[in-house]
Amino acid sequence: MDITVTVNGKRHDCEDGPGESLLFLLRERLGLIGPKNACEQGECGSCSVWLDGLLVNSCLVLSAQADGCSVRTVEDLAAEVPERAPAAGAAGALHPVQQAFIDAGAVQCGFCTPGMVVTAVDLLARSPRPSAEDVRREMAGNICRCTGYQKIVDAVLLAAERMAAEPAAAGPSAAPAPAAPEVALP
Amino acid sequence: MTAQGVSTETAESIGTKTAESIGTKTAEGIGTGTAEGIGTGTAGGIGTSPGRSDGPAKVTGSFVYSSDLAAEDMVWAVTLRSPYPSALIHSIDTTDAQKFPGVLDVITHADIPGRLLFGQMKVDQPVLAADRVRYHGEAVAVVAAVDLETARAAAELIRVDYDVREPVTDAARALDPECEWLHPDGNLVAHTRIRRGAASTGDLPAADVVVRGSYSLGMQDPSFLGIESGLAVPVAGGGVELHIATQWLHVDQEQVAACLGLPPDKVVLKHAGVGGAFGAREDLSLHVHACLLALRLNRPVKMVYTRTESFFGHVHRHPAVLHYEHGATSDGALVYVKADIVLDGGAYASSSPAIAGNAATHAVGPYAVPHVQVDSRAVYTNNPPAGAMRGFGTVQPCFAYESQMDRLATALGMDPVEIRLRNALEEGATLPTGQVLDSPAPVAELLETLRGLPLPPADPAAPEGVVRGVGYAACLKNIGFSEGFDDYSTARVRLEVAGDGAVLATVSSAAAEVGQGVLGVLRQIAVTELGVGRVEIRQEDSTFGTAGPTSASRQTYVTGGAVREACRQVREEVLDLVRQAGYEDPPAAWRLREDGVVDDAGRQAAGLADVLGTRVIEKTAEFHHRTTFPLDRETGQGNSAMQFGFAAHRAVVDVDLDLGLVRLIDLAIAQDVGKAINPSAIAGQLQGGTVQGAGLALLEEIELAGGQVLNPSFSGYLLPTMADIPPIRVEILERADPHAPYGLRGIGELPSISATAAVAGAVRAATGLDVTRVPIRPHHLTVGTRSAPRP
Repeated sequence: MDITVTVNGKRHDCEDGPGESLLFLLRERLGLIGPKNACEQGECGSCSVWLDGLLVNSCLVLSAQADGCSVRTVEDLAAEVPERAPAAGAAGALHPVQQAFIDAGAVQCGFCTPGMVVTAVDLLARSPRPSAEDVRREMAGNICRCTGYQKIVDAVLLAAERMAAEPAAAGPSAAPAPAAPEVALP
Repeated sequence: MTAQGVSTETAESIGTKTAESIGTKTAEGIGTGTAEGIGTGTAGGIGTSPGRSDGPAKVTGSFVYSSDLAAEDMVWAVTLRSPYPSALIHSIDTTDAQKFPGVLDVITHADIPGRLLFGQMKVDQPVLAADRVRYHGEAVAVVAAVDLETARAAAELIRVDYDVREPVTDAARALDPECEWLHPDGNLVAHTRIRRGAASTGDLPAADVVVRGSYSLGMQDPSFLGIESGLAVPVAGGGVELHIATQWLHVDQEQVAACLGLPPDKVVLKHAGVGGAFGAREDLSLHVHACLLALRLNRPVKMVYTRTESFFGHVHRHPAVLHYEHGATSDGALVYVKADIVLDGGAYASSSPAIAGNAATHAVGPYAVPHVQVDSRAVYTNNPPAGAMRGFGTVQPCFAYESQMDRLATALGMDPVEIRLRNALEEGATLPTGQVLDSPAPVAELLETLRGLPLPPADPAAPEGVVRGVGYAACLKNIGFSEGFDDYSTARVRLEVAGDGAVLATVSSAAAEVGQGVLGVLRQIAVTELGVGRVEIRQEDSTFGTAGPTSASRQTYVTGGAVREACRQVREEVLDLVRQAGYEDPPAAWRLREDGVVDDAGRQAAGLADVLGTRVIEKTAEFHHRTTFPLDRETGQGNSAMQFGFAAHRAVVDVDLDLGLVRLIDLAIAQDVGKAINPSAIAGQLQGGTVQGAGLALLEEIELAGGQVLNPSFSGYLLPTMADIPPIRVEILERADPHAPYGLRGIGELPSISATAAVAGAVRAATGLDVTRVPIRPHHLTVGTRSAPRP
């Protein structure tokens, strides 16, 4: 069976391997290495992407389930704020959440980072000024083994502050509007 | 046909950020090496917190980890593993798997062309199991196929005729002379004895108060997020190149070459992006398998474990049983400590010999004890292999000795902090090995710092039956390899004018960046030493001189030391050039700063680009730490460690006495880092290590039943999430070690050591229970199993 998926605005007609996950399709067929394969059990959040606007663990979605859907990955975040000054060392401009992760020292080995960034962008779209408690509760589906989380919480709060001070910075489409009612992560 | 983007960091335009307010105090008495000739004026040098240069790639998802590698014409390979912890293998039939469409090759032990065993300390682990398996999950065969699913399906078709045996799963039983031997030399892997004071003559003195306790710890998993993975690429002339996430290229390379039966120059290992390590990447996993298949097929071979397989593919922290006896005077001064420690090393030795040594030398903690008797043994069992994990043999005794300190406090009616202060090590004190601490040992100051921090307010809405407790724990940890090992590092520094006219420094080493930030630290050192703003960091492969492992909290110390030395040699040559260029003879106080040569009055005497012209200055240096010595086999005496670090934790918990649930309310760590090279990165390490320690206290355990692993997944093995962890306060002390570069101390392991004990202490304080096992389970705390009354 062949499937059609729009990923980061670009349409792909793909061969679908039986039983393959959306994560496998993104990584191995489309070469998008941003979503990470840390557990493939829906436990760690490293592979988080948006599927028709809803944040999902792409390891738990069959690629066939994504047929006809729109997928957005971490790769789509950096280029969307062209007016922002280019980030240090980066080829393009970073999303405020990405910049905040760097500035707050929230990146160590970085394997969880793309999933954390995507989840944080999603959270801030739904809840622009979360408390630290909100961040810890809402992002508990993303596991980090290096940082002890403190600096990740700091980064999300820093991003929220910057985006509130400069609402245009994130652009109107920083995150898709939730397609479903707000769903708190367990 | 090359692997994608095996990284070199580029350094340009790193955002410089000021050090955070994380309780950084002014360094005192920094070693003489720091003052002379350093360009402290250039942004991004030591003591500042420049952002990571791999940050943009990591936040955008473009950073290439070992599991992200790909190559043209690549094939996939998967491992078949033993479902039994102990079995004899009568036969392995690969016929059906070989015939499966899409399968390219299947290898078993019979196909290993070189040494059949590997192991970095003791060569005892089969590359692929031959006549028996010794643990659940041991690798038996590997299948290569055109794609992953085909390889997985074919592996299911391999028929292994097992004769299942009763496994030996209890370490104490393994030591019984009647127990069967799992290896030819018996079941005892290592035994380290310490005898100090009266214990050296076979006796211990009387004490006013004696407390005894037995403690145990479950098996903790490192659970780095970046699963074991790598890409082996055949190269012309019969060699192979392996792109791998590892902690030490060179020790891997030696073992891979030996097992492949190839001359060392035919096997090159290259750093691939590492998604965390924590010790478990010290041992080989898929290395030989992927390389052998690549050579046989003459095609690139990629292997990526699943998460379940990852639990079998790496070593774990040693489960341990520890029996302790502490004797003290009536005013709380320790008289003696007697400890018997048994570490379950699992099926193969891995790092067990050194871990047993560490458990012994750290058995009494950061306290002065005149009479010490310790026996520390590591044992073979049919449990999964245990090896290096952050803390390396010091986490287990810390839980025991700190629990004993709490017991003593209770027995004497003393405050738990007071009894620790009463016995805290200080500079000049003698350790149980006889080694004298010849640098600051601010154990008391660390504890006092924590005690002085405000406590979180009581929760007025706390339900009935929820009680709060506060626990303290302190630790010390040896930095670097001990007991006579020369774990040196090599670095090269090159200085030149780049094509755009700017001065460029290039720093090369084979140091493994596992996420902790060593590459950034090396850049900071080059910036400081050369005063050059533009520094490129190169991660070299195994053909470059060794940097030793990213282990034992040693990489900043040792490779940092090598970079500093190479920079100083470069600087000397620059000053020679200044002399040759006709400037007045530059005195030693001239420095390199802000891309210029600065005289002793701080005036720029020459631009660095002008001095260099078209010259390229390149220096390679090795850094050897001061000599350490093996321990005497009978008494455990010897100057075995190059340096010690010190840390302490305070934990605040709420315990629901009816449900047995523990909630962390507040965590704080105080640590002496000697010199804070990058304060923000240090805070990140301290917070991360603290959470790993808290995880061991409350959640993390590989559950075993008869040697079977019951929970090899993130749904069964519970890691702390953001919702489980409170804010973590960090207090950094800088009490310089005069023997170390810049006075720094290795930092990475310490935060994971005393955190476990502090959380257990807090639960003890809240409940009045002894708390003798971690992880603490709800049923340990609920009514009916309590061994002491509620407070």
